[in-house]
Amino acid sequence: MANMSLEKQKMPELAPDIRNKNFEEVALGYTKEQALTEAARCLQCKNKPCVGGCPVQIDIPAFIKKITEEDFEGAYQIISASSALPAVCGRVCPQESQCEGRCVRGIKGEPVAIGRLERFVADWHMANAAEAPQKPRSNGKRVAIIGSGPAGLTYAGDLARKGYEVTVFEALHVAGGVLVYGIPEFRLPKSIVAKEIEGLKALGVKIETNMVIGRIQSIDELFEQGFDSVFIGSGAGLPNFMGIPGENLKGVFSANEFLTRINLMKAYEAESETPVWKGNRVAVVGGGNVAMDAARCAKRLGAEEVSIVYRRSMDEIPARKEEIHHAIEEGIVFRTLTNPTEVLGDEHQNVIGIRCVEMELGEPDERGRRRPIVKEGSEHILPMDTVIMAIGTSPNPLIRSTTPGLETNRWGCIVTEEATGKTSREGVYAGGDAVTGAATVILAMGAGKEAAKAIDEKLSK
Amino acid sequence: MFRIIKKEPLNPTVTKMVIEAPLVAQKAKAGQFVILRAHESGERIPLTVADYDRSAGTVTIIYQIVGATTMRLDQLKEGECLTDFVGPLGKPTVVEGKKRVAVVGGGVGCAIALPVAKSFAEQGTVVDTVVGFRNQDLVILEEEFKAVSETYRLMTDDGSAGEKGLVTDALRELLDMNAYDEVIAIGPLMMMKFVCKLTKEYDVKTVVSMNPIMIDGTGMCGGCRLTVGGETKFACVDGPEFDGHLVDFDQAMERGRTYHAFEENQCNLFRKEVQE
Repeated sequence: MANMSLEKQKMPELAPDIRNKNFEEVALGYTKEQALTEAARCLQCKNKPCVGGCPVQIDIPAFIKKITEEDFEGAYQIISASSALPAVCGRVCPQESQCEGRCVRGIKGEPVAIGRLERFVADWHMANAAEAPQKPRSNGKRVAIIGSGPAGLTYAGDLARKGYEVTVFEALHVAGGVLVYGIPEFRLPKSIVAKEIEGLKALGVKIETNMVIGRIQSIDELFEQGFDSVFIGSGAGLPNFMGIPGENLKGVFSANEFLTRINLMKAYEAESETPVWKGNRVAVVGGGNVAMDAARCAKRLGAEEVSIVYRRSMDEIPARKEEIHHAIEEGIVFRTLTNPTEVLGDEHQNVIGIRCVEMELGEPDERGRRRPIVKEGSEHILPMDTVIMAIGTSPNPLIRSTTPGLETNRWGCIVTEEATGKTSREGVYAGGDAVTGAATVILAMGAGKEAAKAIDEKLSK
Repeated sequence: MFRIIKKEPLNPTVTKMVIEAPLVAQKAKAGQFVILRAHESGERIPLTVADYDRSAGTVTIIYQIVGATTMRLDQLKEGECLTDFVGPLGKPTVVEGKKRVAVVGGGVGCAIALPVAKSFAEQGTVVDTVVGFRNQDLVILEEEFKAVSETYRLMTDDGSAGEKGLVTDALRELLDMNAYDEVIAIGPLMMMKFVCKLTKEYDVKTVVSMNPIMIDGTGMCGGCRLTVGGETKFACVDGPEFDGHLVDFDQAMERGRTYHAFEENQCNLFRKEVQE
């Protein structure tokens, strides 16, 4: 008999006024008892609507059933058959708009906490699994991957399991892409990412760091070296700025720079030799997950007041619900329907404030979101010493400018065949943010998965 | 692994290192840069390529010991390895199609000016060089510059070597004497600013090499942004060379001081560590 409670098991968390001063993981994970109680809420629907909401189509009811049977390793095997990074997805997927958004239990009450259960299973496996996966026998075919973020790692894992010789080229000195430079430790501990990558290495995946493809080697040169195919998962790394006056003042940062200093370079630790700007009054411009991450990091570095400055209302804000909830709990101020028009500075070019206008919402735009319109006579100044721009990123032009014949669209995104990730260049596939522009970890993983399937079909002919 | 093949002090604060990095050496060109980390908890710092040897598989860097990171880098000995060494990054110098150029180097900037002067000379451009240092003890690469230059003018602040004066004094004389297709200025921001002011009077195109704060060097962080001709540019992917008449040097100088307090603190910590 299913557990008919209308509410999810609550996630144990660090208290807001403690965690907003450190970088430890906020969500502590279910206990075994909580996982069993929550798993019993699943109705084991025959038509599995949740699976249709998952970009990598994990057999969700099946893994939850294994949990109810206390076969946690069995549950892990079901998840890992579809997902290369279970411990990551359980933490960062926007479940409310994917699997959980389609859960029948959500019609009346809260959906089954699929994400939290996934995390429980993945963490159980990491803590208890006896042995590393075995390296499969080589099929003699070599594939290259550019970028070790979620798209590239998924593609790498799927092909390595099939016996391909996989080499991943990473531009930075650590593998993981946005999972290490973008998402903060308190949301996704880097030791978890490192373990997932160790698992891939055990499967035979080679990771070459410090390799900026497009500079040190071109895609054509990779083919000359004998790779049978190349997958581009280089992400959308170029930060956007607003194009308003004062954006190059001291104290204005892209969210990428601010987060990279903190997450990749560990600038919050005493031993780190990388500096990070510690502001007192911090404005983070934008309303996505990256904006929440930047705001919560600024707070943890000791800022007195951190504001999210977002031009639409709380109804349109694109970040995951849980991130917004956590940010509010941690004391982040939400200045919605507000848009900066200028960053103001002193004679030494230090930020002293932002000039803003109030917005109101007009008619819906082509994506159905109500268009923000400037309210007449609403100009005002907010005193600030730090401004972090978290208004999106664009694909890096390095690969497209050094790969003749690779078709891109007017935003610089690589054009691919949707179901396969096939590009305009023979043998070159692409997926993730490099194709879609800034999106989510799980969509990138879905794209990596499709492309891996397509290249396997092509190369095994 | 990025072994230090050779380490040689060029003057009391400037060191040359030859690094084993075969793949980088294959592709490096004058004007490009690398990013390195000296050790595991180290900062990523950009350094312009001073030279390369494709057959030996080595890249030469020349750095001035200015902060904690370069102090730590300078602790490493021949045979030891750098943790990371990425490159070549940025766009190479455009050397083609110029009959005569003036290359101006200031201080450690001469390390970067030399490969640029060399590239011009190798393809037949006449190169006149002006270099500037505070005093005779700091003069570097004199013979190397002479080997590729039609004229070599050495300026020092105190006149202890070469002529007493600023690089702009010698450059003005050269501009009065010769017609230049381009002036290339590489050195402290203040020097580049005044070289550009001078060449503007003569209406000679001037290229400067910018070396701002960076993390990744691939366009990802935007920390290296500059205002060039009223537009924001990223030094790492749009540069590091820019039209000097369009660069907002005052802003670049302020931005360069962003982490000044932190850096001073790091230097003090390092000195304490070494004393203990």
